[in-house]
Amino acid sequence: MTRFHIILATGLVAMVLAPLVFPSIQFVLTIAMAKGFAALGVALLLRAGLISLGHAMFFAAGAYGAAFLATRLGVTDILLILLLSTVLATVVGLIVGMFLVRYRAIFFAMLNLAVSMVAYSLVSKFYGITGGTDGIGVPVPTVFGAVLDKAAFDNLLYYLALVLVVVVGVFVHRYLHSPLGHALSAVHTNEVRLEYLGVSAWSALLVGYGISAALAGLGGAIAATSIGHVLPEYAFWTESGHFVLTAVLGGIAGIAGPLLGSIFLEVVHTAAVGYFAEAWNMIVGITLLVVIFFLPRGLFGLVEKLSGIKDHQGEPKL
Amino acid sequence: MLQTIIPLLVDALANAALIFFVAVGLTLVFSVLRILNVAHGSLYSIGAYVAASVGLWIVAAGLPEWLTFPALLLSAAFVALLFGPLIEKTLVRWTYDKSEAVQVLVTFGLFLILEDLQRMVFGVQSVYQDTPMSLLGISQIGGIVYLNYQLLLIALAIVVLIALKVFIAYSRTGKLLAAVVADREVSQAMGIDTGKMFVIAFTIGVFLAALGGALATPTSGVSPGLGAETMVLAFAVAAVGGLGQVEGAALASIIVAMAKVLAIYFAPALDAVAPYLVMLVVLIVRPYGLFGSGATRRI
Repeated sequence: MTRFHIILATGLVAMVLAPLVFPSIQFVLTIAMAKGFAALGVALLLRAGLISLGHAMFFAAGAYGAAFLATRLGVTDILLILLLSTVLATVVGLIVGMFLVRYRAIFFAMLNLAVSMVAYSLVSKFYGITGGTDGIGVPVPTVFGAVLDKAAFDNLLYYLALVLVVVVGVFVHRYLHSPLGHALSAVHTNEVRLEYLGVSAWSALLVGYGISAALAGLGGAIAATSIGHVLPEYAFWTESGHFVLTAVLGGIAGIAGPLLGSIFLEVVHTAAVGYFAEAWNMIVGITLLVVIFFLPRGLFGLVEKLSGIKDHQGEPKL
Repeated sequence: MLQTIIPLLVDALANAALIFFVAVGLTLVFSVLRILNVAHGSLYSIGAYVAASVGLWIVAAGLPEWLTFPALLLSAAFVALLFGPLIEKTLVRWTYDKSEAVQVLVTFGLFLILEDLQRMVFGVQSVYQDTPMSLLGISQIGGIVYLNYQLLLIALAIVVLIALKVFIAYSRTGKLLAAVVADREVSQAMGIDTGKMFVIAFTIGVFLAALGGALATPTSGVSPGLGAETMVLAFAVAAVGGLGQVEGAALASIIVAMAKVLAIYFAPALDAVAPYLVMLVVLIVRPYGLFGSGATRRI
């Protein structure tokens, strides 16, 4: 048990207790975790040196998947909704990824942007299917057949999301420390040498892309069931930009980074909304610049400092 | 038949002209600085707001209405001189030796800041100022009615395209810029002040974006959120033409505008999708754009 583990455990206990102490913060934290999943997905690709300006598309795929399941297909169980929406986002991710992971640098960013904007415009135009700019309302899902009222469901969803954070966090951690995960970072450090070793950069990236889409989709599905409404704006490019921002703000070196960034942003946003509603984007923009200039490892870098971790050898950088 | 096609064509070309100003600015900045400026769209909408406000002031102050024409140009120049050097010298300069991810993020941060700055300064109401358009009126050729302002936009775009080509090919500064584009290190070794070249290129880029915004106000006005929309459109056009290609941006803006106008005419549901579909198709076939050439892989 290192000091780092103690800090992680403290954070987790704080998350468990937070809604009991401040009930109003529950919704904020649920959304923060949902967006944190998407930011974690973006962070995976950043490790490979790829910046995606289109991941809001997968977030929206998960959200709309949840909405369709609940309203049209009669799937009401929360676990099934989350699972199937994530699968949907993964499939979309793998199909899009098959074309896009061939590209690097600015071209990767732009193609993701193009695909996501096509998705955004289609979703906002096809009123008959997607409800156009009105979006779709998502009814409160059931839990193992039990019908809950909104407050009880929100309560449950919060802890479900928290459990998922831990489970998914462990899974992603294992993935990043597997040969496949190392191949992902190696694309950034030296792609040609990776291929000389006989590893296909294309497949390593496709797996990474699929996982990152799955994470964004899971986040989207959680957000959709928590908010109870889905909108085309979920897929707009500025939303994608916010995911990248969240990932970098939190720090891409550890799994906890993007989640930490997301929680930080959402909580500060809620706290500041009464005072700086007009200037919120400006504050976020300035914070982002400050973090990039002075804290290149993000908020997670502070956690590392607290834990006394000094060895940054072989870790991904922006 | 001609009665429907010609107005469609003029409409598309006028649209293309407006997109061209923004996209060519983006592409020019990319070719010299090798940075994709995500805040480019905000500079477009700032140009639009400043031009509209100045136009409204001219009319309200009872000054001669023709003054609104030079006001469009001067507003763009004002925005360029104010923001160009300021942004380049503080933020952008710092990112030259950083990765693309950092460059995109820094300009995204700038985009967020500029979006709120506009809301604070110009409010959230949409602003509309069409004196230049109504002043020029319409003309009728062969039974078809044209807005003279649209014809002026097309002419201006052609002038800007030729002026840029002449500037790069014949002026001293233009030649130096071309040298920096061709090889940054060698031109530095030959004694070219690359820092100065970057400021010049960035300021011209901001000017073109602001000019596009200023010229768009008489036809469509300006409202919050315009910057984000314009950004992706300029992106699409610059990518289709090939990042860094001036002629590419011109051709691509015509293609994209045509696609949009045709979509409005034949499949209205697809009008917003058309530009991105064009971008997607072109980029999947030619990832470096129509005029672009692939960079070699680094080892």
